Amino acid sequence: MELIGLANYALFMGIFIGIYALLALGLNIQWGFAGLFNAGIAGFFAVGAYTSAILTSPYAEGRLGGFELPFYVGWIGAMIAAALIAWPIGKICLRFRSDYLAIASIGVAEIIRLVIKSEAELTNSARGITNIPRPYGDLPYVQSQMAYLAIVAIVLLVAYLMVERQFNAPWGRMMRAIRDNELAARAMGKNVEYRRLEAFIFGSALMGLGGALFAHFNRSITPEAIDPMVATFLVWIMLILGGSGNNRGAILGAAVVWTIWSVSEIATDQLPQEYAVKAKYIRLFLIGLMLQLVLRFRPEGLLPEPLRGDLRSDDVSSEK
Amino acid sequence: MSILDFLNFYLIPGVVLGSIYALGAVGITLIFAILRYAHLAHGDLATLGAFLAFAVVTGFGLSPLAALPIAMILTAGVAVGIDKVFYEHLRERPKIVTVMASLGIALMVRSVVQVVWGVDAESYVRGIVRPENYFGLRIKDREIYTVVFMLALVGGLQLFLARSKWGKAMRAMSDNPNLALLSGIDNKKVVILTWVIAGGLCAASGVFLGINTELKSMMGWHMLLPMFAGAILGGVGRVEGAVLGGLIVGIAEELSVLVLPSEYKAAMAFAILLFMLLVRPTGLLRGKVL
Repeated sequence: MELIGLANYALFMGIFIGIYALLALGLNIQWGFAGLFNAGIAGFFAVGAYTSAILTSPYAEGRLGGFELPFYVGWIGAMIAAALIAWPIGKICLRFRSDYLAIASIGVAEIIRLVIKSEAELTNSARGITNIPRPYGDLPYVQSQMAYLAIVAIVLLVAYLMVERQFNAPWGRMMRAIRDNELAARAMGKNVEYRRLEAFIFGSALMGLGGALFAHFNRSITPEAIDPMVATFLVWIMLILGGSGNNRGAILGAAVVWTIWSVSEIATDQLPQEYAVKAKYIRLFLIGLMLQLVLRFRPEGLLPEPLRGDLRSDDVSSEK
Repeated sequence: MSILDFLNFYLIPGVVLGSIYALGAVGITLIFAILRYAHLAHGDLATLGAFLAFAVVTGFGLSPLAALPIAMILTAGVAVGIDKVFYEHLRERPKIVTVMASLGIALMVRSVVQVVWGVDAESYVRGIVRPENYFGLRIKDREIYTVVFMLALVGGLQLFLARSKWGKAMRAMSDNPNLALLSGIDNKKVVILTWVIAGGLCAASGVFLGINTELKSMMGWHMLLPMFAGAILGGVGRVEGAVLGGLIVGIAEELSVLVLPSEYKAAMAFAILLFMLLVRPTGLLRGKVL
């Protein structure tokens, strides 16, 4: 009995790690590739979740919906919707330093939260959207969890391979050049704003996909399903701890941070009620402190960005 | 709607809210111009200031206005401490890394407030305050204090920046850091001074928000966007611009209720921010663009 519970929990955690790894991969395109600071991850996540929910859920009184499209259409729709939100923001803010994007992305997440809460005919406001179909959701509980984990893993693997391919392609090299020396890249004739916009949109689309996976996993989505600041921050610490600029690092970071986060939640839930509430905020404090420590003592993360080209050969020759 | 109603229900609350934003926006604009990054923990520092004043009010039985200077000094100290411990070693790295660190600080400061004071709404004084009637204008005493204190604080700051040696050093750092360093200005002292001023003003904005509404652990975070919008609207680096920007954002938020559902009040600041970045990123008073 105990073992089955544990296995169930591991499945549950695996799915969440997969979803967060997708978010971290998306952020890696923005931050690791292009040096863009997106502080509104939860906003793009929510857009993806609600778009897919509206496209695939059965008809319900009082809100838009009833399209009952297959789940993969919903997921593609989620990516497109998140990208469409990212486009105008990037268009306006990417001409300036990344600080402006940071502020604007906080604003986007806030506006999205407001829209979700108040536009009942779109999102059913506080009650949220329920009965979202889940692929292989008709199977018994454990099999269905396993099937979903497999789907998440496949989606993650495909995303990883595609992002990794782009990293090593000329496009990735150009992005790193822009990130590391914008002036030089501009002097080489690269269209800096346009490339940044590309990175911002691709990253946001992946975040939207992560949101869609989350909504279908839960079979419902409500405005309170995720705490925007916590979710955004968790993804940041995942990427920074794992190693920004390294896709495997992003996935490793997601696994490590989510494991710490959810195991510590179980531990603190054992405490009496009045301490358990405080413990939640202490955990938040510690996760903030963890970021500061990583930034100070290991800014390159667990798996540093792989050295490429000339740097790599220099490195080898200096070791000899 | 009569002109008096318009003044009573929209303009006066807007000016009060705008004064609160202005106090924060001045700090943001100074940090943006002198230290050259967007400080995302500014709102939560204001929350901390408001709750420190709350501790003084409940602990020593002082009035909120008497607690204000104490809260300002304490918050200025916290701001300098945060800079020493968490930001200083990042100074040689790209500025955006400090922006990220400040997002983490925002979370940390807020969770300290939530652990110490809980998440329920508090208020400095209980009971309902009736507005006084000035020729048909209904103004509460605390609303007058808020605007007067804001003007006094910013006026004092302007005088300091214009006349004193260290004020001039701060402006020099803002205009051209390399030249300022070459002419022998002590960078470290300027940084500390910037944090003292920004932290103190931040606490004042939190305390006045607490006096005029109530104290909540998220109050500061929700002020962050309007404060940044005010700073950018006025022009980064321009103190008088930040005041003007803060006031405009505050009034615009109150007026937005006339055309938008009230849930979207907070969206006004965001709209102003994007609009300014689109048409005039230097702001109304020609600040800098980083």
